[in-house]
Amino acid sequence: MDFSRLGLSAATLASAVPAVRVPVGSGQLVPACRVAHEQGAHLVALWASDERDRVGGTLVRVALQDASGLAVLEVAVPDLPDARYGDVSAVFPAAARMQRAAFDLVGVASEADDQRPWAWMASWPIDRYPLRRDFEASPKWEPGQEDYEFVRVAGDGVHEIPVGPVHAGIIEPGHFRFQIVGEKVLRLEERLCYTHKGIEKRFESMALADGCRLAGRVSGDSTVAYAWAYSQALEALAGLAVPPRALWLRALALERERIANHLGDLGYLGNDGGFAFGLAQFSRLREEVVRTNLAAFGHRLMMDLVVPGGVARDLDRDHAAAMVDEAKRVAAEVATLRGIYDEHDGLQDRFRTCGRVTPELAARLGLVGMAARASGQARDLRCDFAAAPWDALAVRKAGATGGDVAARVAVRFDELAESLRLVRSIVDHLPEGDVRTPVPDVPPHRLGLGYVEGWRGPVLVALEAGPGGTIRRCHPHDPSWANWPVLEHAVIGNIVPDFPLINKSFNLSYSGQDL
Amino acid sequence: MTATALLSQAVQLALALALAPLLVGWVNQCRAWLSNRSAPPLLLPYRTIRKLFMKDAVVASNASPLFRLTPYVVFGAMCCAAAIVPSLATDLPFALAADTIALVGLFALARVFIALAAMDIGTAFGSLGARREMFVGFLAEPALLMVLFTASLISGSTSLPSIVDTLAHRELAIYPSLAFAGVAFTMVSLAENARIPVDNPATHLELTMIHEAMVLEYSARHLALIEWASALKLFNYSCIGLALFFPFGIAQGSENWAAIALAVPVLVGKLALGGFLLALIETVSAKMRIFRAPEFLGTAFLLAVLAMLVHLLLGS
Repeated sequence: MDFSRLGLSAATLASAVPAVRVPVGSGQLVPACRVAHEQGAHLVALWASDERDRVGGTLVRVALQDASGLAVLEVAVPDLPDARYGDVSAVFPAAARMQRAAFDLVGVASEADDQRPWAWMASWPIDRYPLRRDFEASPKWEPGQEDYEFVRVAGDGVHEIPVGPVHAGIIEPGHFRFQIVGEKVLRLEERLCYTHKGIEKRFESMALADGCRLAGRVSGDSTVAYAWAYSQALEALAGLAVPPRALWLRALALERERIANHLGDLGYLGNDGGFAFGLAQFSRLREEVVRTNLAAFGHRLMMDLVVPGGVARDLDRDHAAAMVDEAKRVAAEVATLRGIYDEHDGLQDRFRTCGRVTPELAARLGLVGMAARASGQARDLRCDFAAAPWDALAVRKAGATGGDVAARVAVRFDELAESLRLVRSIVDHLPEGDVRTPVPDVPPHRLGLGYVEGWRGPVLVALEAGPGGTIRRCHPHDPSWANWPVLEHAVIGNIVPDFPLINKSFNLSYSGQDL
Repeated sequence: MTATALLSQAVQLALALALAPLLVGWVNQCRAWLSNRSAPPLLLPYRTIRKLFMKDAVVASNASPLFRLTPYVVFGAMCCAAAIVPSLATDLPFALAADTIALVGLFALARVFIALAAMDIGTAFGSLGARREMFVGFLAEPALLMVLFTASLISGSTSLPSIVDTLAHRELAIYPSLAFAGVAFTMVSLAENARIPVDNPATHLELTMIHEAMVLEYSARHLALIEWASALKLFNYSCIGLALFFPFGIAQGSENWAAIALAVPVLVGKLALGGFLLALIETVSAKMRIFRAPEFLGTAFLLAVLAMLVHLLLGS
């Protein structure tokens, strides 16, 4: 991205993908975003850090991505009661919730119109900000009552259905407020953040080496992606080159994570269409895959496999051979099942035109990851910034332009087949050598970025080291941040009973966007 | 009305009450097998009902007496229906009191009560389910009536036992009118019993439910009665279908105890086959969008009308 038009200078950041840091003045944030937007950039993340002890205010960082890499805009907001920073959501709508969360957690307000709380749910006093460094976490507060103002639709025959946060199935909590007329959805508003765990605060009391375990628990279905992104950030700060075999094993784990999640989702998508046969078959395949993970790496979801400096466990020959056999068998079965899904007219009738996100809408709202690839946004970090080992694997990017549930199902099937191919290719070409190398000490007060294409979308970890091997600030950013608001748009005009199917076709993380 | 007729009536009713959960258990087993899953126990529905009867009921504080009354009304309606559908023998003293039109009325009565009870608490899901149930019901009932009228025209009576007597004694041949009516009846039965492709009895997605959304607020004995009544409804529909389209093996009169004794295994065999076919339909179908239900039930109605026309025009 080129900000020279605004007279802004960029400094290179420690990162696995090309990245620059661009300090901007408070009036330049929105113009800089506009310049980036004109160059085709989209928003990756927005977060704030309490830096009153160092720069006398709060630092708000906005991570943007375009074809050339990442750019992190940094704006310092002074510690004054009425100090605000420019409204990024005017350019990138996805920023709205991140700005609201930044206020709830750090107490730095944007100039946006919507100042409703997002992460705050009356579980701590409204005038305390948990991510400030002087925040006392020890007092036990009585949970209060929150009066959240949902946007209402008025009119003849319009009524409201509140759904959740407790659901009939065993899923994560989230509240959905539907404004409907008959069965038609006029508006959906999400109220998430029932899963606040204080992860970002917990990072600040951990050593750099231990943070990886916590990062791997932000969203369990993406544990490999998070642990890798965290490790990338730390290794970039340390200037460490990871042994090639470790990189390939990380890629193997990431693809196996993608396989397990796509298998699970494809089963549930069939089930939500009333086709329980699909759930039974895909669940069985997923179970086989995670059991092989357990045998090879000691954990079904491969938690704590990726560690800073490499991987915790090497892959032996027997398990490698088992993975190749399994990949062949699963690929054959998935091909059969895809035929059944594709030719099932009842199921296709449910999938087609349901929950459509047009490519224009996806681009405007900043949809990312697998869902974006189904809406014509052909972005995949494994292809666009193919560092080792992806450069040697020549990943084929999946894509569709329909933007409906059927397109997201098709992209899942394509990615599943490609990941199964990658598993075989990785095992066949696995380099020999060490799988782990010690991580040297890291200089404090520098920002490092990790950026990994998880199965749901790109996972960003922004890590800032403190003195003596501690973490000063760590912000793990889930792709669900960007995609939840798009779900609200995808549902408009559909009928109420189709919502679960549309929701499942995105399958976003509640926990990942609410640390 | 003789004492033996009364006894035969009582045996039939008891058999319906006892077999209905078994039929549900069987269908669930077949569904599991057909999708390569290991099946739940065959007797699970009995255990569920027993478990529910032993629990303490929780009723919303703003529930009216109608809410408490409904499970008994629905269960009672299904028992009455079971008493007038010939499953073992055609000599049913109670059947004189109600013909096929009254039978459809009984099902409608149960539907009205359960829909009212669903709206009684005032939750969004209850009203949503009630609305959808009425939407399905107003399309399914005319189609069901048409099927029954076709059978009535053939036998010249709207009383179920006489229809079955007539149909069981005709010579073995394919009757086009009955073939059309049979397909229509199958489609209506799927819709009326909240099965795939119209509703999904196994779903946990509250936004997609029809029948399940209406009974979300029920617990313990109330829920047990409703579950049992749903099983009875499936049993009744199966028996109506068997009586109209496969009446062979149903005992004529009530004096012949040997024939009634023989009718039991025949009924169980036919139900087992019917249950398997239901599971097969459910396994290979997806649930349709709710606004496809009018097309589906419209087709059923059309087929039922065709059946009647075929009978009137061709006399077959």
